[in-house]
Amino acid sequence: MARRIASSPSLDLVEAAPAPVVVRGPAWDGRYTVLILFLPPALLLFTVFVVVPIGEAAWYSAFSWNGFGKPTNWIGLDNYRFVLETRAFWLALRNNGLIIAVSLLVQLPLALTLALMLAERFRGAVALRMLFFMPYILAEIATGLIFSFVYDGDYGLVASIWRFFGAEAPHLLASTDTAMLAILIVIVWKYFGFHMMLFIAALQGLDKNLVEAARIDGATRGQVLRHVVIPLLYPTIRLSVFFAIIGSLQLFDLVMPLTRGGPADSSNTLVSFLYNNGISRMRVGYGSAVGVILFTICVTFAFTYKRWFMRDE
Amino acid sequence: MNSVETTRPPLDPVVLYKALFLAAIAAFVLVPLLATVLGGFKSLGELRVNPFGLPQHWEWQNYADILFSKRYWQLLRNSLVISTLAVTLTLIVASMAAFAFAHVRFFGSSMLLSYLTLGLLFPAATAVLPLFIKVRDLGLLDTYFGVALPQVAFSLAMSVLLLRRFFKDIPYELLEAALVDGCSYIKFFRYVTLPLSRPILATVGTITFVNSWNAYLLPLVMLNTDELYPWPLGIMVYQGEYSSEWHLILAFITLTILPTIILFIFAQRHIVAGLTAGAVKG
Repeated sequence: MARRIASSPSLDLVEAAPAPVVVRGPAWDGRYTVLILFLPPALLLFTVFVVVPIGEAAWYSAFSWNGFGKPTNWIGLDNYRFVLETRAFWLALRNNGLIIAVSLLVQLPLALTLALMLAERFRGAVALRMLFFMPYILAEIATGLIFSFVYDGDYGLVASIWRFFGAEAPHLLASTDTAMLAILIVIVWKYFGFHMMLFIAALQGLDKNLVEAARIDGATRGQVLRHVVIPLLYPTIRLSVFFAIIGSLQLFDLVMPLTRGGPADSSNTLVSFLYNNGISRMRVGYGSAVGVILFTICVTFAFTYKRWFMRDE
Repeated sequence: MNSVETTRPPLDPVVLYKALFLAAIAAFVLVPLLATVLGGFKSLGELRVNPFGLPQHWEWQNYADILFSKRYWQLLRNSLVISTLAVTLTLIVASMAAFAFAHVRFFGSSMLLSYLTLGLLFPAATAVLPLFIKVRDLGLLDTYFGVALPQVAFSLAMSVLLLRRFFKDIPYELLEAALVDGCSYIKFFRYVTLPLSRPILATVGTITFVNSWNAYLLPLVMLNTDELYPWPLGIMVYQGEYSSEWHLILAFITLTILPTIILFIFAQRHIVAGLTAGAVKG
């Protein structure tokens, strides 16, 4: 994507333009001043706060270091070995896999179905779109707190439904069996509206003539959907999947108010695992190793996905 | 995609199922939110027996206590300062870079742009420990800038791409004519590009604002002093203090998400456009 944008035809015309009659030639129109003044702030910020820290993470990951003084205790690749030997790391990886699975199997079909319904014009369609999109703009921390109330075993909504049927109220977030499931439901609640909006935007940009033509040729509504509309949406579906996977790899804020990754590490994501085991204990080397692993997963995924699925865009 | 045929019978079961489905999803979204707002009006005792319904006795005091507390306003102020810093810096820095990438041809420009877009590929969390050490060594730990600067850096990639695409669509003839008339690139940027680009600046500003306003991880790592906490940190502290007094926590949640919801209602278009903008980018 970046490469395509970068190599798109640039302003050849600037050079080809006939020399203006004015005294100030092209070299004096401030073009170079722009380069000297306008580029460095962005490049500097980006380098100092994004690129260098990533490089340093790779360097620090070879040390056993608590962050104070200079890193001196070189231990080579041991931090990576420690990470891979931690059971909680694999649980976190599994949970990220679960999140991706639910995004693909539950959230995406739900978002698509709703988009197909709400892209039509009828009374209340716009209001419903906005309502479904709203959870997406709420802070993850607030969402997490709201649902820790919903799931609360004493005061929560779920508990009161259970009690209504005369059953013992469960503490969903306190059990290793249900904590991750409870988080997955919150994830769908929070993000389906975003994916729905992606699909609605795509549907509205769709060439209506194709649908008309298929209808005139005698296709049923179901056939139009399956053979015309959905294929036209493939680029958006691929994009939505991309966002779902990248989103799952960065998920953290939502987990903290709900479970902090517990009980017994059963609901950690990779980032909450990184926080609990590296950041909060200032184990810089270990945490950096987790960061490098996460970085590798993200970059490998992004490049592979773009190469395999988004070639034509 | 067309609306249902006009000759449909009055009670088409398909329409009925659709309506039921939509109502169910609407309830799924709304019930937790409404229960939160209403829960803030209940006493703890009532919350336990009646978490769903309207309060029998409206406890305005829960909300009033928070609204008249210094703490609530301090949290909002901190969040506002950090978000405003992030938005201002992002808009200035990103629009300048985007202008250079859009209008000046120079050796290595595509390479530099690809370098910046690397930022799209991974989350800030991957480098948060070295970032913490960097911010500490720069003496920015426990300052607003220590949070805002990394936020700006991580939002640059997307911002520069969005702005550059918009800037490129400004007709070349305009720049040419201005240059012939002796206008410099910098004046053109200041007096033509920026005023013409208000919609995209609003969009980029909105994305940056919402992300910064809601952020948790960076402030959590960079700030130690309660007085500097933005609201997501503050509300977690509050929840820790009042651990099971859910009626107070619910009132506090309601009041902290209120600004977001008001902003959403008034700036729906920009927010939806902004947050789904990455999609259009392709």
